[in-house]
Amino acid sequence: MKRNGILLGCATLGVLACLSLTAPTAIGQNTTNGTSNAPAAAPSVSGPSVAQEAANPDNWAMPSLNDAATRYSPLKQINTGNADQLQVAWTFSTGVLRGHEGQPLVIGNVMYLVTPFPNNVFALDLSHGERIIWEYTPTQNPDVIPVMCCDTVNRGVAYGDGEIILHQADNSVVALDAKTGKEVWKTPLASYKEGATGTDAPLVVGNKVLVGVSGGEFGVQGFLAALDIKDGHIIWKAFSEGPDDQILFDSKTTSLGKPVGADSSLKTWKGDQWKIGGGDTWGWYSYDPKLHLVYYGSGNPSTWNPNQRPGDNKWSMTIFARDIDTGVAKWVYQMTPHDQWDYDGVNEMILANLTVDGHEVPALVHFDRNGFSYVLNRETGELIAAHKYDPSVNWATGIDMNKSSPTYGRPEVVAKYAPGSNGVSVNYAGICPAALGNKDEQPAAFDPQTQLFYVPTNHVCMDYEPYPVAYTAGQPYVGATLSMFPGPGGYMGRFIAFDPVTGKTVWHIDDQFSDWGGALTTAGGVVFYGTLKGYLQAVDAKTGKLLYSFKTPSGIIGNVMTYMHDGKQYVAVLSGVGGWAGIGLAAGLTDPHAGLGAVGGYAALKNYTTLGGQLTVFALPGK
Amino acid sequence: MNRRLCIILTAVVLVTAGAIATFAAGPGDPKPVSQSGGLWTDKDGAPTYDIGKDGTIDWGTFVGYLRYNDTCLRCHGPDGAGSSYAPDLTQALQQISYAQFIADVAGGIKAVNTAQQLVMPAFSEDKNVMCFIQEIYSYLRARSTGAVNRGRPAKTAPDPKGFDEASYKCLGIPQ
Repeated sequence: MKRNGILLGCATLGVLACLSLTAPTAIGQNTTNGTSNAPAAAPSVSGPSVAQEAANPDNWAMPSLNDAATRYSPLKQINTGNADQLQVAWTFSTGVLRGHEGQPLVIGNVMYLVTPFPNNVFALDLSHGERIIWEYTPTQNPDVIPVMCCDTVNRGVAYGDGEIILHQADNSVVALDAKTGKEVWKTPLASYKEGATGTDAPLVVGNKVLVGVSGGEFGVQGFLAALDIKDGHIIWKAFSEGPDDQILFDSKTTSLGKPVGADSSLKTWKGDQWKIGGGDTWGWYSYDPKLHLVYYGSGNPSTWNPNQRPGDNKWSMTIFARDIDTGVAKWVYQMTPHDQWDYDGVNEMILANLTVDGHEVPALVHFDRNGFSYVLNRETGELIAAHKYDPSVNWATGIDMNKSSPTYGRPEVVAKYAPGSNGVSVNYAGICPAALGNKDEQPAAFDPQTQLFYVPTNHVCMDYEPYPVAYTAGQPYVGATLSMFPGPGGYMGRFIAFDPVTGKTVWHIDDQFSDWGGALTTAGGVVFYGTLKGYLQAVDAKTGKLLYSFKTPSGIIGNVMTYMHDGKQYVAVLSGVGGWAGIGLAAGLTDPHAGLGAVGGYAALKNYTTLGGQLTVFALPGK
Repeated sequence: MNRRLCIILTAVVLVTAGAIATFAAGPGDPKPVSQSGGLWTDKDGAPTYDIGKDGTIDWGTFVGYLRYNDTCLRCHGPDGAGSSYAPDLTQALQQISYAQFIADVAGGIKAVNTAQQLVMPAFSEDKNVMCFIQEIYSYLRARSTGAVNRGRPAKTAPDPKGFDEASYKCLGIPQ
């Protein structure tokens, strides 16, 4: 439309309409509103595939950078020799105060980022002073806020075929035209009124959008869904527990090399408890294009009181490998049968080819909440190695690696640290790690140059007292009192360089608070991560030497990313303290087992940082 | 257990009648006056705590500690101390009456505007909260006056006879 035509129209529409139509460079010029778009009428959009965009090393086109979720960038303009000269290039306030997990995307000249609830999405023009090209503001019922366990976080948008995909808090998946921000389609999944919410970053594979669901503390039956990127219809939906036609298992589905057989899930639950059995899928997803398999983990079984759900509670706490086209499970591995600690198995599955006993193995590496790192053959599901990656882990002595043992692959649980071992209303003291795990959703990174994994971890222990609870749809369904306290040594976090094949920690940086920001590793030999106090840290991948540190305005629970624009490498991270870290640590933790003098002696996070969503972008000086 | 049912009904009535605004601020004198089924009340009949000379806390307040952790901690943080997500209850409890507390818990609170999006859900249908709302109040009251420290209370009076049975019955789950 020509400007004259718009102005002419303005005369008849009135001044207000005129202002919104003609302000040519105003912020939010092309603002779209979630309610103003005609549903289903929008024409389909097209654009390069996610695979094409992800192949360009200048872009950060996928939430975890690539299918394999390595978070390893081949960019090397910033390297160990110059990282100490980094400085802030530009900043952006998101306008939202809650916890900012996840990371932006960069595709060509445009950065896309999403805020916590209300899940506003911004497209920023990197070629024109980071001008806001469009902003999408969904309309969501605020009643969704209190059913989001542990803050209203969102772990990022995804890109595919000219669309930006958002899994918003109320559990709708929305596709936006990447050019205009207009809604292309919107698909509601499970209802937030029953406690099911959306917090995860979708994974786009070809024409499919993969999303999970949050709600383990509300008894939501977890699932992974594959949606068609063209119109949003659900192609398949695979639950974590239930009958075989719901969990999409067939006669070929194996666990540790053996077929699991019929009703493998139902047999491990008492009665209908599986219907409110959790196993939610709110973490990260990865994909092997050669094997056509998508990988992800399921979360805790509901309730937290293990006495109310006897059995292994399959397939909660499980790594799944599913066929991308049908959703049928090729193999599964349950890490924590009959969970008694809330050790959700949802953390990222990093796909890397590792050398084991002199042979290259197509591996899947997973740092679980339960304190063990797992290496599996991602083709067969064979268990290759399992090691403690934090020295404090005590709930199990190890994982049974004896293939002829009847308990092969199961954790060797220590009864006094198992809250299901001696009934309810008993306080099981001194369990390590705490429910938040030695690592939560904050992703690790794999560097093919050093062959090491860089892992942000928690070093926190707990007392756990289970007791009976009633289920009410849409209300919390927990059933335990947890008291958390700093791990041995009195600190709460460690950033480690780790070899999961040998179990060796090559170097570690201890931190007063949990390290809750996701890691980035680069071909420049520099590893980046953020701390809860708000520091962006750059360290030498080989030695762990601190090269650069900058305090951003709020605590970091976001994941560091990098991109190249106009020949210059940038490193970016979202600040905005919150999430479970903000809830658990804001007021500080006390150790009930320390002497009286130590009670209250541990520092409170609120003495170091406060709320505020901001993106901080770093670069080297000069053009 | 009759008392528990009564509390749930009272809460619903309070919320539906919109009687919230008429209560005076502050919880008043926490001195325990009478005890029934392990739970102490003050002169106005509001739940309160009883701390022995050796630091032993009464059973009701201890149950409040446990059940606070079940449902309330995920927003209000450990020990009612507040979080990045929801207010510090040791401060908030000093400002409101017991009746106001019941009304807020049962009916929820919404503060959604351009500056903040704070929503506390209505717990009137949640038995895990409403079956123990008196105990949760005594615990938070004790935290708000400083009578109970952070962390798990070290010494607790024994559980009164029939407490478990009453709890299961109120929750509506088989023992």
